[in-house]
Amino acid sequence: MTEINKNKRELILASANKYRWDIGENLHDSIIESIYKDAEEISSKVVSRDGSKPKFDVDAFVDKLVTSRWTGFPLMFVILAVVFWLTITGANYPSAMIASFLIDTAHPWLKQIVAGAGIPWWLDGVLIDGAYLAMAWVISVMLPPMAIFFPMFTLLEDFGYLPRVAFNMDSLYRKVGAHGKQALTMSMGFGCNAAGVIAARIIDSPRERLIAIITNNFSLCNGRWPTQILIATIFIGGLVSPVFAGAASAAAVVLIAILGIVFSLIVSWGLSKTVLKGEASTFSLELPPYRPPRILQTLYTSLIDRTIFVLWRAVVFAVPAGVVIWLVANIHIGGLSIAEAFINWADPFALFIGLNGVIILAYVIAIPANEIIIPTVLMLTVLSSKLSGVGGGTGVMFELDNAADVASVLQAGGWTVLTGINLMLFSLLHNPCSTTIFTIYKETKNVKWTVVSTLLPVLLGIMVCFFVTQLWRIFA
Amino acid sequence: MTTENLNCANCPVHNAANLIKLGVDMTNYDYVIALAGNPNTGKSTVFNSLTGLKQHTGNWPGKTVARAEGGYSFSDKRYKIVDLPGTYSLLSTSTDEEIARDFILFGQPDVTVVVVDATRLERNLNLVLQVLEITDRAVLCLNLIDEAARHKITIDERLLSKNLGIPVVPTAARQNVGIQELLKSIQEVASGSFICKPHRISGEIKNVSHAVEELNKKIMEEFPGLPNTRWIALRLLEGDQKIIDAVRSGEIGSLINREFQTVES
Repeated sequence: MTEINKNKRELILASANKYRWDIGENLHDSIIESIYKDAEEISSKVVSRDGSKPKFDVDAFVDKLVTSRWTGFPLMFVILAVVFWLTITGANYPSAMIASFLIDTAHPWLKQIVAGAGIPWWLDGVLIDGAYLAMAWVISVMLPPMAIFFPMFTLLEDFGYLPRVAFNMDSLYRKVGAHGKQALTMSMGFGCNAAGVIAARIIDSPRERLIAIITNNFSLCNGRWPTQILIATIFIGGLVSPVFAGAASAAAVVLIAILGIVFSLIVSWGLSKTVLKGEASTFSLELPPYRPPRILQTLYTSLIDRTIFVLWRAVVFAVPAGVVIWLVANIHIGGLSIAEAFINWADPFALFIGLNGVIILAYVIAIPANEIIIPTVLMLTVLSSKLSGVGGGTGVMFELDNAADVASVLQAGGWTVLTGINLMLFSLLHNPCSTTIFTIYKETKNVKWTVVSTLLPVLLGIMVCFFVTQLWRIFA
Repeated sequence: MTTENLNCANCPVHNAANLIKLGVDMTNYDYVIALAGNPNTGKSTVFNSLTGLKQHTGNWPGKTVARAEGGYSFSDKRYKIVDLPGTYSLLSTSTDEEIARDFILFGQPDVTVVVVDATRLERNLNLVLQVLEITDRAVLCLNLIDEAARHKITIDERLLSKNLGIPVVPTAARQNVGIQELLKSIQEVASGSFICKPHRISGEIKNVSHAVEELNKKIMEEFPGLPNTRWIALRLLEGDQKIIDAVRSGEIGSLINREFQTVES
């Protein structure tokens, strides 16, 4: 019975084959043609437009402006700069307020309660000075900029601007042998690299997808924006008169972000010319119509989906990191704490490339989350330079109420403008956070590419810092 | 957002059969709904407002990378809804289009909801017509009707419905406008109280009608009860390897079973 069925089915296919020869190649085209014809016919019957065609089409005008060869890129930079400027200037005040509550008020209060309960000093240190302060710091430093930055970013996305960015970038990515859609995954990476890596699924070709995954780390993620913003405020903003400080720091952050895009292009080019050879495949990118963003809903979803989500992640990682910091600062081996021993060991090489041992140790501790770099750096700086009168004791992460306080600590720790610039560069060019590394492994299922994606940026970062330092020493 | 502040939709007179958003709970569903549409037509927004899930929506193409599923309950029936990747057609072969087409064909959804952008109806209709070639149980969700109004575009949805042979529901999913009507139309098509008479492409019949008819007859003989034999005949004539394989292995016959099951139960 099944045999007969099978024969019958083969017969159907055979006759289909025969007919196909008779009909020729045009069937596919003629089917598509008739679909188009019917679609046109139906829509012409049911759609009516208000007779007078508007003299001035706003959408077309805006599109011309934001995607033009001449104005597209400058506009992109200006929009980015305005977003950062608003973030930088807007975040200061609420940051200080939250910090004064969580740290100046709540921390002593917690200490008092714990002291009353009579628990051992080390447990108090680990929990209150380590875990709690780490969390408090992350919230006060990250919440205000994120609560300003993410809604603005989401509004731009909702409005339809991001596809225009992708449109502008597309030809650049194709020129370096990558997929134009990489412009989209790169934009996603500005939010979160792990999300950008997952988004690379929209690229069909495995070769181009791999390039997009490896280079996604060059998009500054939201864990790194606060570092960039703070360091730029202190070291770049400090170079100019206070009137222009905000603008200068915003410009510096934009410059770093653009540098990231340049690196993603260079590395994509390098990969597609060597280990991932191939031609760029084409695709069609539709520019969606501009839509008036739903302000309230955007505020709500960006707060819930992005701000709270990222903040929660930062807190979750900061708490154990706070414990680790407290421990490395308080466990002594041969007279020195582990932290001091590591810093002394790393200092020669770190200073050679224009960083310092503190930064290197901070980046080791902060592998789980880029968000905690600044508090870790500050704590370690105080520890290693033995500042008195700042902070709350050995291994205690603390908050300084404004950027000027942070600056004085860093300068006392031997920081110069060069250290600041190099930290910004190293923050752009270093290994992805552990979540992203794990995501890369899940997406590629390949240890080799995961290792490449992890180590390549670190090597680049060391090289770039080294060259900047050499040039600096020659010219400055 | 769990609490919707809709004036009419909350009124019991207007809304006897209430929407219950089930999120990812898809147990014991009565009907399967596929959600198809061009990229960037607000498909995910429609999906979210039906299921209460918060799949991230963004104003850019290609952000739904995987198939998303969710559930809702409406007038005592439970629905499982599958958000397919946005595609411009079901003809050429990219991964997205294959996922969408295979689900509509082999997944045998009870209703396929095609979400279209009212401001770009003509181009969106290309996909609608292709969907209607495959399935005859569909609902057109004429989304972004607010945008169309802003561009001074009006669409005669009754005439459109008559031409396509399926219910047409104007919606502005971002503002939750028309969702109740959409639910009702889905229910009517799913329960069979609205019988679709889908538009079929006319043009290509001229030079191949003989071949299509002959093949159609043979396929109907071999697979009695198969709902879309004409479309399969056309695909065979085009040399669509996936369909050829499905006919060869007899897999295409599995599409009949469900029909019999519904008759039996």
